[in-house]
Amino acid sequence: MTSYLEVRDLSKRFGDFTALGNISLDIAEGEFVCFLGPSGCGKTTLLRAIAGLDPQSSGTIRQKGRDVSALPPAQRDFGIVFQSYALFPNLTVTDNVGYGLVSRRQARGAIGARVTELLALVGLPDSGSKYPAQLSGGQQQRVALARALATSPGLLLLDEPLSALDARVRLRLRHEIKALQRTLGVTTIMVTHDQEEALTMADRIVVMNHGAIEQVGSPQDIYRGPATAFVADFVGSMNFLDGTLEAPDRVKVASLAFACPLQEGLAVGTKVRLSIRPEDVRVRDLPADVANRVAVEVTELDFVGAFCRATLGVGGAGDVTLVADFSSNLIRDLGVAIGSRLDVALPPDRVRVYAA
Amino acid sequence: MGLSRDDLVMRAGLVVLAGLLLLIVGLPLWALLAKGFEDGDGRYVGLANYVSYFSTPAMFNSALNSFHVAAVSTAIVVPVAFLYAYALTRAVLPARWLFQGISLIPIFAPSLLPGLALVYLFGNQGFFKVLLGGSSIYGFDGIVIAQVFYCFPHATMILVTALATADARLYEAADALGASKLRVFFTVTLPGAKYGLISAALVVFTLVITDFGIAKVIGGNFNVLATDVYKQVIGQQNFSMGAVVGMVLLAPAALAFVIDRMVQRKQVALLTSRAVPLIPRPKAGRDLFFTVFCSIIAAGILAILGMAIWGSLIKYWPYNLSLTLGNYYFANFDANGWDSYFNSLRMAAGAAIVGTAVMFVGAWLNEKTRGFGIVRGVVQLLAFLPMAVPGIVLGLGYIFFFNAPDNPLNFLYATMAILVINTVAHFYTVGHLTATTALKQIDPEFESVSASLKVPVWKTFGRVTAPICLPAILDIAIYLFVNAMTTVSSVIFLYASDTKLASVAAVNIEETGATAAAAALCVVIVITSAIVKTLHLLADRFLLGRLQAWRRR
Repeated sequence: MTSYLEVRDLSKRFGDFTALGNISLDIAEGEFVCFLGPSGCGKTTLLRAIAGLDPQSSGTIRQKGRDVSALPPAQRDFGIVFQSYALFPNLTVTDNVGYGLVSRRQARGAIGARVTELLALVGLPDSGSKYPAQLSGGQQQRVALARALATSPGLLLLDEPLSALDARVRLRLRHEIKALQRTLGVTTIMVTHDQEEALTMADRIVVMNHGAIEQVGSPQDIYRGPATAFVADFVGSMNFLDGTLEAPDRVKVASLAFACPLQEGLAVGTKVRLSIRPEDVRVRDLPADVANRVAVEVTELDFVGAFCRATLGVGGAGDVTLVADFSSNLIRDLGVAIGSRLDVALPPDRVRVYAA
Repeated sequence: MGLSRDDLVMRAGLVVLAGLLLLIVGLPLWALLAKGFEDGDGRYVGLANYVSYFSTPAMFNSALNSFHVAAVSTAIVVPVAFLYAYALTRAVLPARWLFQGISLIPIFAPSLLPGLALVYLFGNQGFFKVLLGGSSIYGFDGIVIAQVFYCFPHATMILVTALATADARLYEAADALGASKLRVFFTVTLPGAKYGLISAALVVFTLVITDFGIAKVIGGNFNVLATDVYKQVIGQQNFSMGAVVGMVLLAPAALAFVIDRMVQRKQVALLTSRAVPLIPRPKAGRDLFFTVFCSIIAAGILAILGMAIWGSLIKYWPYNLSLTLGNYYFANFDANGWDSYFNSLRMAAGAAIVGTAVMFVGAWLNEKTRGFGIVRGVVQLLAFLPMAVPGIVLGLGYIFFFNAPDNPLNFLYATMAILVINTVAHFYTVGHLTATTALKQIDPEFESVSASLKVPVWKTFGRVTAPICLPAILDIAIYLFVNAMTTVSSVIFLYASDTKLASVAAVNIEETGATAAAAALCVVIVITSAIVKTLHLLADRFLLGRLQAWRRR
């Protein structure tokens, strides 16, 4: 992979506080990368350092082979969309989109044609003469996107672009932005705290916490194989059962023993956390010799719409509880209700173990 | 960090601004400070001047008098202004806009005006002198009454802002919890307005202690700090002692300012963007009470203004009450005649144009320059300093600094330019704060966006930032114009015979005993300021609405 953007040992400190610690990252040309993490994890700081808006304390950034580490924003090559959109309220949509073109001394006709093309691209062909205040949030976001793309930058930076919108608009814009990015092939970095947004939009996700990268990988990698307990917890829902590693492939939780994939990095006897996703808990058609079978009692049943999230008290393990997703069919077929007793299995290949 | 051309231009601008502020604020104050340690011939004498000041009972007494007047005036103005502001924001008043407008009238008048009106009403030949029994209006009582009139709008404006920002949800919550009206007042209303009250008290205290015009007209033999400075400098030509009194006057004003800034900093955290504005609902008893209360206060204000107007139109108070315009032929009372009024207009227009440009561009540079923390800190400090400095102290500093023979800027002395510069410096803080607030309210990322689009930052300033901030820019210009028309304290040391201002001429005319002509000149100033302010309101309402169609949804 030849990298379009190369970040090396990037750090940012505010006094004693380390906002970013030795971040290294490569992004390929045409890739859509999401920086994902809770607020304060450093994802926006990293984006602003890449843009040159808040320069790093140390480390280097190379874009297309050129060292841009010390360049001011105006000498870098990027377009940016902010959460607030930062549209110029006193200029029309046309003037906003053409803002960066006018200063490049292009012929007026060429600018007009480019603006028309961009507005068509973001699906607002007839809004050119309106002012931003006359547009909805979603429409403003599209104008901001068109303005950022107008000068054909090599890198598109999106800082929480969807978080100010309501849920329905957000869903639609997710697809539109992704489709637009694919059509234009522009290398894109999006900052978000919404894991669903990252999972649906990104080619690769960079999960961050406390100013460091926790894991980099495709959405499937991140969801199926979270590298750390933090990632496992932050992306999707996850059950965590506290226990001890009894053997390299067995974890003891209270009085129960669970088979797990072979653990090479952890010594026998260490405290660990056994994890499994709610949708991976098996209920139907359990073979007689199924591994990790546990008897449970349904203590809560929360209707979520397409499925029910069940809280299960694990028999013989004190107050250990599991959360599992049961489909409506399953609930009907098995007659599951609060108080029902049933057997579930935790498939060993779906179980992951983290040091406590 | 790499610097772009934008960064370099903005930093250069900021350095120029810091240099300018140092020249028009910092160095004059330094010159004043230094003067206090010199004798009449410019030799260093250490603390000798201060020792002689504090060991002269007559002088030290003035300081006590100043404090006494300021404390009593504050104790009267703040509660009255609180009730008035409460009525404007929390009760349903008929013609609320009228009550609000009347409360602002004193701002358009030189502080001389209430003093003159009181002389007419209660002076040696006053209508109501008998009401005072044997005592005289000249002195403590007169000063306090005039100060209450003069400071009232300032306190009211602050308290209206404090009370208007209340969150309706807090009142609904208190109602839902069954709290009594009294308990709601003490647990919700008062704490919400606490910082406003402290701020209003400090502002009034500072205004009273630093005001010169009122004490000059109606103080009689009751000496205060501000008049002492004038007497030392103009009367006795004792510049060193004038500087010492100036420093003594600076201390309480600066202290009040520092406390106010500390309090303001706390207030920010209280306001949330989610607050639901409180809209008062009609309630007969309460509304009647406040309508009567506000009518009485408004009548008082109008009476004082009306007395000044009537007095200016009367032939020979109190013996010949027939009306005349004779008092408006200022040439009969002062060598400059109407010229001083036109000087004031020119000065006010100059200060409004130059000052607004410097203040707005300066605030923008200070907000938007990347890095460069030390210079920005210096600019911020120098921009805040004038608020803490009484005008008469700043004016004195200007004499020492600009009139020094070895100062290359000496040529400015006794020109119209120095009056403009001094006025801009004197009122710098409020303009700077207004501009900064407006700039903080617009999206902070405009500059980032224009950098990413390779548009020079000053282009975005001209095409986006300045047009968006036009209302604030107009506010600053009008504020400067009105204050330039009415100010007396700072410019009284700086005018030359051909640049005398109307407000100063009014002081001089009053000194000759021509009270009616002085009142006439004050009335001309009030009318001018009020017309300019009215034009501003009309422009705000109609012109801006058309120019700024983008604000409509």
